[in-house]
This record gives sequence, C-alpha cells and structure tokens, in this order.
Amino acid sequence: MTLLKVDNLRVTFPSDHGPVDVVRGLSLTLGRERLGIVGESGSGKSMTGRAILGLIPPPGSVTADRLEFEGTDLRTLSERRYRELRGARMSMVLQDPKFSLNPVITIGDQIAEALKVHRSLTARQRRVRVLEVLEAVRIRDPKRVARLYPNEISGGMGQRVMIAMMVVLEPALMIADEPTSALDVSVRGQVLDILDDLVRRRGMGLILISHDLNTVARWCDRIIVMYQGRVVEELGTGQLEAAKHPYTRGLLSSVPRIDETRDRLPVLNRSTL
Amino acid sequence: MISRAWILSDNPETRLQSQLGQAWRLMRTLARNGLAMVGLAIVLALLLIAAFAPWLAPYSPVEGVLANRLQPPSAAHWMGTDELGRDILSRVIHGARITLLIVLLVAVIAAPLGLLIGVVAGYFGGWIDRILMGLTDIFLSLPRLILALAFVAALGPGIENAVIAIAITGWPIYARIARAEVLTFRNSEFLDAVRMQDASAFRIIRFHVIPLCLSSTIVRVTLDMAGIILTAAGLGFLGLGAQPPLPEWGAMISRGRAFILDQWWVATMPGFAIIIVSLGFCLLGDGLRDVLDPKGRSRG
Amino acid sequence: MTRLLPALNLLLTLVLTFLGLLAITFFIGRVVPIDPVIAVVGDRASKETYDAVRAALGLDDPLIVQFGRYVWQILLGDLGVSVSTGRPVATDLARVFPATLEMATIGIIIGVALGVPMGVFAAARQGSWIDQVIRVIGLAGYAIPAFWLGLVGLVVFYAQLRWVGGPGRIDLFLDGMVPVKTGLLLVDSAIDGNGEAFQSAVSHIILPATILGFFALAYIARMTRSFMLEQLSQEYIITARVKGVPERLILWRHAFRPIRVQLITVIGLSYAGLLEGSVMIETVFSWPGIGNYLTTALLNADMNAVLGATLVIGTVFIAINKGSDLLYWLLDPRARI
Repeated sequence: MTLLKVDNLRVTFPSDHGPVDVVRGLSLTLGRERLGIVGESGSGKSMTGRAILGLIPPPGSVTADRLEFEGTDLRTLSERRYRELRGARMSMVLQDPKFSLNPVITIGDQIAEALKVHRSLTARQRRVRVLEVLEAVRIRDPKRVARLYPNEISGGMGQRVMIAMMVVLEPALMIADEPTSALDVSVRGQVLDILDDLVRRRGMGLILISHDLNTVARWCDRIIVMYQGRVVEELGTGQLEAAKHPYTRGLLSSVPRIDETRDRLPVLNRSTL
Repeated sequence: MISRAWILSDNPETRLQSQLGQAWRLMRTLARNGLAMVGLAIVLALLLIAAFAPWLAPYSPVEGVLANRLQPPSAAHWMGTDELGRDILSRVIHGARITLLIVLLVAVIAAPLGLLIGVVAGYFGGWIDRILMGLTDIFLSLPRLILALAFVAALGPGIENAVIAIAITGWPIYARIARAEVLTFRNSEFLDAVRMQDASAFRIIRFHVIPLCLSSTIVRVTLDMAGIILTAAGLGFLGLGAQPPLPEWGAMISRGRAFILDQWWVATMPGFAIIIVSLGFCLLGDGLRDVLDPKGRSRG
Repeated sequence: MTRLLPALNLLLTLVLTFLGLLAITFFIGRVVPIDPVIAVVGDRASKETYDAVRAALGLDDPLIVQFGRYVWQILLGDLGVSVSTGRPVATDLARVFPATLEMATIGIIIGVALGVPMGVFAAARQGSWIDQVIRVIGLAGYAIPAFWLGLVGLVVFYAQLRWVGGPGRIDLFLDGMVPVKTGLLLVDSAIDGNGEAFQSAVSHIILPATILGFFALAYIARMTRSFMLEQLSQEYIITARVKGVPERLILWRHAFRPIRVQLITVIGLSYAGLLEGSVMIETVFSWPGIGNYLTTALLNADMNAVLGATLVIGTVFIAINKGSDLLYWLLDPRARI
C-alpha cells in the first residue's frame, strides 16, 4: 500500500540573486518500508522532509505535481487540517535533542502535549501513555525521567525521548532527519535500533535522512541519493555496488573499508558531475 | 589617482588607501539603510543650524518686543513668541548650539574615560580588572539621572556642571563595552607579535588595542546621544542646567509651563526640537550599529 | 553548598553596590561648597570656636573614619534634618514615598500588561503593522522627553478634553479627607469606603501613570519582541510544529515560557527606571512624591534632603535590580544545574 506519493517536488527560496531552488523536481513513492535519503549538506534532503510535513518557513515556497499522503492531497490542505495530520499521522525526529527539546518544559509534559493536542484523554490516561512510550524507547525509570528537564539527561536519552514524543500517537509516516549525527558514536546504533524496532512493529513508513551512506545502507530497504536538489540515483540497499551515477560511485569509493589498504582516500571530483 | 577602483582595490598599497576603501564600503552599506540616512540628515542639519544660527535665526534669541508677547504661531513667528515677546523659532535655532555643545562635551569626557578604564581592565586582567569592573558595575546599577541630579546639586546649577554630572554617570557603559571587546582579542597572535618586539604596555594599548575598540564605542556613543540630550534637557527643565536667558530647550519648556494651558506653543515647540534631534541620533546609531558592530545588536 | 554560591555572590555584590552608593553620596556631601562648620557657628566666629566645632563635628578624623560614621548613621535610619521642612529627612521621605510607589506601580502594570503582548505579537508577525507600531513606540520611548509628554498630556487630556483630573493626587476639596493608612491613596480611599475620593484619585493618577507606563511599554515591548524572535528561531519550535501544536500554543507555551525569566529582569529594570523617571513626571504633575521632594530640595539647596532622597531611590533601584537577578536564579531550571 502506498503511503506517500511525491511527484516533481520543488522548494524555492528567494535570495539577493533571484529565487534559488533547494529541491528541484524530486519524486518518490513510499509504502510501509524504510527509505533512506542520502546526500551531503545543502543537497536538499532536509528540505524534502520539511516540505512533506508542510514546514517550509516563509519566504520559502513549495510546489509539486503531486504530493499525496494516505490519499490526501497535501498541496491544497488548510493549515488547520495539516496540523491535525502532523504529530498524529506523520512526524519527524530532528537532529539534536539539545536544541529540539524545549528547555523549560519537563519531558513528561512535552510528550503529553502531543496527546493533549490530538486526543481527548484524561490527565491520568495521558500519564499512562507517556510512561508506556518512555518504556518503549527503553528508558529505565520512566516515572523519574518524565519529571526531568531536558538539560538533566544525556544526548542519547534525549534522542530516545524525542522518538517517544514522535511515536506516541502511532503515526503512519516517520521522518528522521539526521537522528544520530549529533550523538555520541557509542549510542548511535542503539538509538537507530529503537527507532527501527518501533517502525517495524507498528508498521510505519520511515524516511531516514542522513549524510552517512553506511548508516542508511544498514537500516533501510531502499536508498535515494540526492545531489544539488536532485535525485541522482535510486537503489535497493543490496545493489549499492551497482550504482551508476558518478556522485554515488564517488561517495562509495570514499568510504574506507577494513579489508583494504589505501594510502589516500579519493576525494570527490566534482568537475565530472 | 583617486578613482573608485583605486579606493576599492582588494590589494591596497598604503594604509590610507585601505582606510579610504573601508570608509567607502561602510558609507555604501549605510546609504542603503533609509532610516539611518534620515538620522544622518537630521544630525547634519543640527550641525549646520548650530554653525549658522546667527544667520538662520530671523530674530534675536534674547531680546524680545514686549508688545508681541505670547503670540501664537504665525507667518511672522513660525513658532510663536514667548512671555517676553521673543521669537521661539530663533531661540530654538540658537538652542541647537547649546545642545550640541553639551552633547559633544559629554561625549568627549565620558567616552574616552570609559574606553580607557575598560581597555586597561581588559588588557591587564587580574586584580586591576576586578577593581575597575567592580567600580563600573556599582555605577551601572545606580540610577543615572538621580546621581546626576545629586552631583549638580552639590556643584551648583549651570551648563558646565550639568556636563560634568552627566559625564560622571555616563562612562561606565563604555568601560563595559570596551572591556568585552578587548577580551575577544586579548590573547590573539598579533598582540603577541607586538609584545615580542618589546613594545611597552602603553604603546600596545595606545596603538593596537584602543583602535580596535573605537567602532563599538562610536556606535554606543551615537546611541547614547539621545539619552544625553534628554538628560541635559531634563536638568534644564528642573532649572539645574543652562540658566536664563540662554535659549536651552529644556529650560524653555520649563518657562513655558506657566502658560501651558493657554499658550501651549511656548512649551511644546522646543520639545519638538528635542524629539527630532534625539530621533536623529537614534536612527543614525541604529544604522551605524548594523554596519560597524552587528554582534552588538543584542546588547540593546 | 555550591548551589548556594551564586546567591552568596549576589548578596556580596548587593552589599558592595550599596556601599558604593553610600560612598558617592558621602563624596557629594563633602564636595558641597558650603562649609558645615560655618553653617553652625556663623562666619564671624573666632578661630578657636571654629576649630572646636570642627573637632566636635568629627571633621578632623581621617576620611575613612568619617565614612564609617556616616554609614553607621545611615544604617540607623538617620538621614539628617531637612533645612526647608525642619523635619528629619527620613520622616519626610516615609511620608512622600508611597505616592511615588503608587504611581510607578500602576505605570509598570500598564507597561507590562500592554508591552508584553505587543512584543509577542510583533515577533509572531514580523513586519506586520503591529511590528511597525512597536518600532515607532520604541523610538518614541527613546526620543521623547518624559516631562514634555507630561505637559502635552495635561494640555490635551486635562485642559482640552477634561477626561482626567489635573495636577496633584486628588481634587483639592477632597485633600486630607481620607485617613492615611498605607499612604497609597487608592488603597486608603477604598478601605475608607470613600467612593468619591477613590474616583478622584483614579482620575488624577491615570495620566501620569500612563505616561510613565508608556516609557516602560516602549522598552518592555522592544525587549519582548527581540527575545521572542530569538526563541521562534529555535529548533524546539519546529519540534512543536511537528507535533501539530497550534500556533497560539507555540507562541505562548513554547516560545514565551522560556523568556519569562529574562522578562522578569527587564521588568525589574524598567520598574526601577520608572522610579527614576518619576522625578520628572512628578515635577510636571505636582505629584507629592519622592521625585517632587527631591527637586524641591535641589532648588532650595537642601543637601540633607537631596542626599536622603538620592539614597532612598538608589537603594530601591539596587534592590529591584538585584532582586530580579535573584528571581532569575530561582526560577530558571537551566540556571540550577
């Protein structure tokens, strides 16, 4: 079943030198699967995620031939209806929990807020759901953690809280925008495991946005490679070796391997792209 | 020789050329800011009016015709006349000189004093820093206007004493800003290079540290001008600044107070002059800050 | 223990600042050109009498001893006797201070009640008409002399429109009719159940308090706007949008909440500023408060009264400033790690 259909998506920002397209004609379809979007910073991958959620800030503008989520045309959706989708049917995990969690609201309240906005539950029911979801992201003492402020927990725990906040309403689509790049290397795998586990168990569609080809290859079924606002390659994770586009090949060849010895890592030769 | 290309050259050959280039670029950025240009125009107008007051004013600022007292604004007296039959417009024009004098004197005393204290504190650090900044903080957390009033009360009314009082209470903010500025480059390599040439602390501060703090100080002074003008006018209004018959704007408002209900123009007209000039300095200061000291924006 | 360190530090600066204030008033008292000895003995006294009085007044002691004595005296509440009223300055100040407090408090309430929402909305709709209005008000707050605005206000709202009462705290025929309990006329007349006096007091206080409030509003709105703009550019605002939180809640819950503590400092500063600004406004409105007392004393060269009023205003100013620092430390979860 198709969750999301995007045809010819463009995101444009005005600048001193006329309008600049940061996403230029991206198309993708997503079912209940895990799709990775890879690209360097500035390739438009983050803007793609935000455009799907309808969160491109003014003066940016979004156009598409088709932008459909669960059969709903997102292009003509009122802000109010869009808001009802966000958090409830689609959500997004941001990069750095240090900045993406509100510093003056307790963790429990921040998670409960999504429930408050979208569901009419009693305070007690909300509390039960908050503790459940904290447990689901493998937080050991949910009662205590719920009362803490974001500055009182570690980055890895912060990102698990973030995930809890985004899955608490069991959305159909989850976008994760560089969910681990701000974290300590030692907890990255764990956070992605938790995310993956929740996504699979609840049958969500996942878009994992990253600059790290390895991460994406390990956790996704399919990969889109973006370069300068365009999709340059689409691959199954098993077919990485079959990549044709010079940018992808360049990316692949610059990954060091344990079973080789190279004196120097090749650098992307952009003039041939 | 002096062409646009020469001034804007990326590889200036002399210090003068690079300074001219920098000034040109700043002016160009400033010129794009409409409000800042309005401010600049007002300040320039103040300078011109003050310089040419005797020629611009249609009447004498001190001698009036009693038969003409308290006339409303008319073609002959654009701002009307006061209780001694003096032309208010002429008095406002001459008042520009007094305002400018006060503002300049305060700036010339307070800014260098504050700059020096801040630079010394920031450059030497340690206990010198602690003592000087402790003093600065004490002054900063006291009410400026009230202190100025108390100083004038002790020194006696008059322009000079008003200037001294405002300057004494005005320096701490410059000290704070200069110190913050010095701390950003205190340990940088170019200063090490100068130190290794055995330059004296005086020389380093005079030729290397102070010039780098000038732009933020200038911005702050321009922004403070409005406050200085208002304080000076306030002292005049309370009878502690310029004394009659000097046409000081605040003192004029104070005298017009007696007739405010029937002859409103006597007190209100000088007020417009104060507002326009303060506004001019505010707008220019905002513009300068955006150009010279963008990171200072948060310092309000 | 380490959690208390900032509080101790604050207390220390509080004491030092207060001593600084005392040093300044002591210094001002010393540079006054009037010789205190001659003021006592007259200028025709003999050299011996002069020296005797000089010694009796303690003027021969080292400066630091004199300063210590001065501080001690002030701490005991002795501010000297006012030349013009013939009463102890402390008594005078206790009598006039409530009038200033009342006006400044209503002013700050107006400033906060209007300034904070205006700043929030200006930030929410950057570039909109309300944003422009805030900009203009902010500039006006910088450029307009308070005493001039007071005079214009009197002409327009009192003389022309007759909307408000004139100078003074209350209509003349009601003056002295309300028994003094708190010194705050609005409170006293309400306690007394005197509706007529209450109405009159309201009509007199509303204009000067609004003008004071205008200056507070200008500053508070401008600061609120810039704090809010900084908040609205934070990542957690995007998080809230992703959660589907309505804009109104994003504004007040997610963006406004974190700046509440910062705003306390701003409001404290402007409240202290109003006490200072009341000097001018009280003169214009013949308001019998501490500002009016100070300016009258200034014109009579009544130095004890001038320095006493300076000390009281300065002390309140310091207390409000440092008090808001303390509140900041107590209320912000981020400051207490």
